Order: sequence, then structure tokens, then C-alpha cells
Amino acid sequence: MLLVPTPFGPRNASDLRYVGEATSRPDPDTATPEAWRDYLYLEHNPAGWMRETWYDRINRVYFQVERNTATNEFRNPTMPVTKHGKQA
Amino acid sequence: MAGSPTALIRKTKAKLGGGPPRYSAAGLVRRGLSGDPWPRVWRDVDLKSSYDVVIIGGGVHGLATAYYLATNHGITNVAVLDKAYLGSGGSGRNTAIVRSNYLTPEGVAFYDRSLSLYNTMSTDLNLNVMFSERGHMTLAHTDGALRTMNWRAEVNKLQGINSSVITPAEVKKLAPSLDVGTDSRYPILGALYHPPGGTIRHDAVVWGYARGADHRGVEMHQKTEVLDILCEGGEGPDGKGAGGRVTGVRTSRGDISAPIVVNCTAGWASLISDMAGVKLPIHTRPLQAAVTEPVKVFLPTVVVSGSLHVYVSQTDRGELVFGASVDPFNNYNVGGSLEFTEELAGHVLELMPGISKMRLLRQWAGLCDMTPDYSPVMGTTPVDGFYVDVGWGTYGFKAGPVSGEAMAEAIATRQTPKIIAPFGLSRFASGALVGEKGAAAVGH
Ligand SMILES: Cc1cc2nc3c(=O)[nH]c(=O)nc-3n(C[C@H](O)[C@H](O)[C@H](O)COP(=O)(O)OP(=O)(O)OC[C@H]3O[C@@H](n4cnc5c(N)ncnc54)[C@H](O)[C@@H]3O)c2cc1C
Repeated sequence: MLLVPTPFGPRNASDLRYVGEATSRPDPDTATPEAWRDYLYLEHNPAGWMRETWYDRINRVYFQVERNTATNEFRNPTMPVTKHGKQA
Repeated sequence: MAGSPTALIRKTKAKLGGGPPRYSAAGLVRRGLSGDPWPRVWRDVDLKSSYDVVIIGGGVHGLATAYYLATNHGITNVAVLDKAYLGSGGSGRNTAIVRSNYLTPEGVAFYDRSLSLYNTMSTDLNLNVMFSERGHMTLAHTDGALRTMNWRAEVNKLQGINSSVITPAEVKKLAPSLDVGTDSRYPILGALYHPPGGTIRHDAVVWGYARGADHRGVEMHQKTEVLDILCEGGEGPDGKGAGGRVTGVRTSRGDISAPIVVNCTAGWASLISDMAGVKLPIHTRPLQAAVTEPVKVFLPTVVVSGSLHVYVSQTDRGELVFGASVDPFNNYNVGGSLEFTEELAGHVLELMPGISKMRLLRQWAGLCDMTPDYSPVMGTTPVDGFYVDVGWGTYGFKAGPVSGEAMAEAIATRQTPKIIAPFGLSRFASGALVGEKGAAAVGH
């Protein structure tokens, strides 16, 4: 079990949907094909601290947290964001 | 002394190809009676300061690449480096299912070549890899699943693969322990049946390739961790990144220079590529599996259920081996979870209510390098001399032989073989993805 600190308190990971590495969507008016590729597919995938996005299915809120992918520790406060990674 | 017994033995050995001793029934009897020790399977040699090719990762992909470099191309100044021991990654943790009934024409051709190499492997490697062609059955519980299976069967048949959709009655005949009743939560509507699929002894494959490569001069270095990749001329810091070239690797046992470095590290692939300044479309997830106590053999085929996220096969020893989908979030931790076991048990019992009293012996996990389209990433990168053979997700064991053969050819000829051309890193920029999710997400 992984207890995730959400904006509404700790929740079991199985109550949430994992979105993945935190990214921000490029500006559709100016983005190059390479920028779209980076946004859509490429990942840092570190073994260690990473900022990631989760979705709270019950409260219908996206939020970001920092988790260590080698130890599953969390740090820093969670931050609600929009679907595209902007601060909510 | 042409006629002396030793000369005769030497001559006979030369005729048989010379080199290290081969395994044989006669040898087994002789050693059984004499108690003579078996020779080391591969040598333990000193690490050199330079090689023609350095392969990072001693799993089936790294070892097969080394084996085919030596066997098919005569390139033997090769080192395979592993931070732990050979087969310590996915190659020693998988559920050993092999098959070729994929969804895309590119995927089918590729995996079918691997299956044909597996078919002759015991002879080629002079080691029994226990390939058991027991048949592979993927159950459909929804109309959507049945539709995908019909699609897969047609793609398969066009390429000469034995694959067809069968009815619930035929499913019952093949595997009587399955509940094909219509009053279950997810009734079985049919199945994709693939008789050439089956299981193999994964450790034997790993050891066989290591031994074959060793006999031809390749060096295997265990407990040798790659800490950095040395590059020059690239656009990034320290000469890494696009436009540069590889000059060697820094390991826990010193620097090694090499013009060609191959990344065969599966779950760790992003970390290694990052050392060369190459970003990959990969995230790492654990995949868990479990095995029961052994019972009398009753399940003749491999059974997969995509809707129930579970698959099962029975080993020759009688244990049931279960697997599922990957864990739901990125992780480099192979601890395993109770949620997995609970969910697995629930789903398995839905398929086979009769085994509710069986006990699980153990559960484990391995790291999987997941790609967006469930196809691998193979070939060259923007860094000259740095090759990747990664993105093997939950389905890469079966691809070991064909990947090794193709990667060896790519390295030796400096040209990408046709069979792996669709799997290049550049497809993520061009958008030409090879979508295999429908055929690889659960049924590895
Ligand atoms: C539970 C489970 C079930 C599976 N079932 C199936 C199946 O039924 N059929 C199928 O086809 N596939 C299956 N797979 C997938 C398959 O196991 C893998 O895709 C395959 O084994 C990958 O092989 P590889 O040689 O690329 O990597 P691995 O075998 O993972 O080897 C990578 C190696 O790289 C080494 N390494 C990492 N970092 C470094 C470093 N810095 N320096 C040196 N060495 C390093 C590691 O120690 C490791 O030995 C399964 C996987 C799991 C976990």
C-alpha cells in the first residue's frame, strides 16, 4: 500500500489515478513538433525524487507531489493543478 | 606421436569444433560415476581497459547480442557488464511465456523470428532450455475483446502464424478447469488460441547464451556497475547528447574505452541513457508475479485474461505461475504489495473456482521499461556509437533471441536490419508508433 498525501489528506494510491511525471503542455500556437514529442512521450524517469501528477477520482482534482521512486517517501506540500499542469 | 591416445582425443576434439567441453548424455553418466567436477559455465577473467563493444546489462538481451556478435559476425572483443549477476533483472524474474500472436504486422514478424530461434535453441546452445510448446489461450470476456481477437487472428494468419478464435466449448475442452458458465461476472465469450506459444526455462536461456558467448571469447563481468558513459562532441555538458559520440564507460571497477556501447538494461534503461544525454520514451514500473505450491498437472495451456488482468500457466513441477498487469505508478522498488495478491486471487478464482484451497508459495517483482505503444526502442541514438535495445516492458523475454541477432547485425554492419526498423527511437518524432497494447498489456 502507498499512502499518498493529497490536498484532502492521506489516501491509498488505489483510490487515486496516477497520471505520471509532471509536465506542462506547450503552447499550441508556437510549439514545434519536437516540443510536442517531448511533452507527449519523453520522460526523465529518475530513480529518486520526482514531481508527479495524480488525480483524485472522488474529489475530481489533479494535484502534484514529490515522491522518491526508489524509497516511496513524499516531500513538500501537495499542490492542486489543472489537467495540463498549471497551478490551479 | 600421431597414433597416441591423447593425440587421438585432441584430433577428435578438433573435429567436433574443439573448445570447451560440450554437454552430452555420455558426459552426464561419466561425471555421475566418476564424481569429476563440472567445468565453469563461463570464465572469470580480468577486466580490460578497452573493448570493441561494451554491452551494459547481463540479461537475455545483452547476452544474446554478445552471442550473435561473436557467432554471426566474428566480433569477440566484447564485454558484457552487469551491476549484479547475470539474469538478476527481468530475465530471471519473468513468467517465461513465449508466443508470436501479436497485433501489428511488424510485431508479428519480429516475435515469430524469435520463436523460431527458440525452437532450435537447445541444439544451437547445447543446453536444454526446456521449451514447451504447450499452446497459448487469450480469453475474451467482452464483445470488444472478441473483436480485437478476430483482428489479431486475421493479422496472424496472413503472416502464416497458427492462431484462431475458438468458442467457449473449445476452451473448456482444452482447459477443463476453467469456468465457462454464463452466470459469472465476466463470462468467457471465446478465446484467441495460438498452439505454437508456450513456456521456456528462462535461467537456462540466460546461461546458454552466456556460455555460448564465453566459448567464443566474449567476457562476462558481474558486479561491475556502469556509473557514467563517456562521450565527446555532443551538444550537452561533458560532450554528451545529440551530435556527440561515445568513447567508453566509467564503471565501479575503473574506466573502459570502447567505440560502441549498447544499453540493454530494461528497467534501468532511462538511467543509463541519461548518462549519454539521450532521453527515452520510457517509464519504469514493477511487474509482480506469484507461484503456488505444486500439484498434479491439470492445466495444459497458458491461459490469459486481459479483462481480469491475470494469466496463469502450470510448470512441469506442477506449480501454478500467475502474473498480472504492471503496478499503477512508476517505481524502482521491487518489494511487492498485498493489493496485488488480493486482486490476483480474486480474479484467478473467478476463472478457476476449483483451486480456492491452493496456497501461494511466493510472490516477487521485476522492473519493466514501459513504452507508450508497448513496442520496444531499438537501434541507433543521436549519440554515435551508443545503441539501445530497451523498452521491453512486460513482454521482452520472448524477444531476446531476435533482438540479439538484429542488434548484432546493426552493430556489425552499421545498418539497421529491416526486422527492427519499425522500432527506432525516431518513431516518436515521426508519429509512426507500433501500437501493441491490445496484444501485450496483460498477456506478456
Ligand atoms: C514478473 C515478470 C513477468 C514477465 N513475464 C514475461 C513473459 O511471460 N514473457 C516475456 O516475454 N517477458 C516477460 N517479462 C518481461 C521480461 O522479463 C523482460 O522484458 C526481459 O527479461 C528484459 O530483458 P533484458 O535483458 O532487456 O533486461 P534485464 O534482464 O532486466 O537485465 C538488465 C540488467 O541490467 C543490469 N544493470 C542495470 N543497471 C546497470 C548498471 N548501471 N551497470 C551495469 N548493469 C546494470 C541489471 O543488473 C540487469 O541484470 C516479465 C517481466 C517480469 C518482471
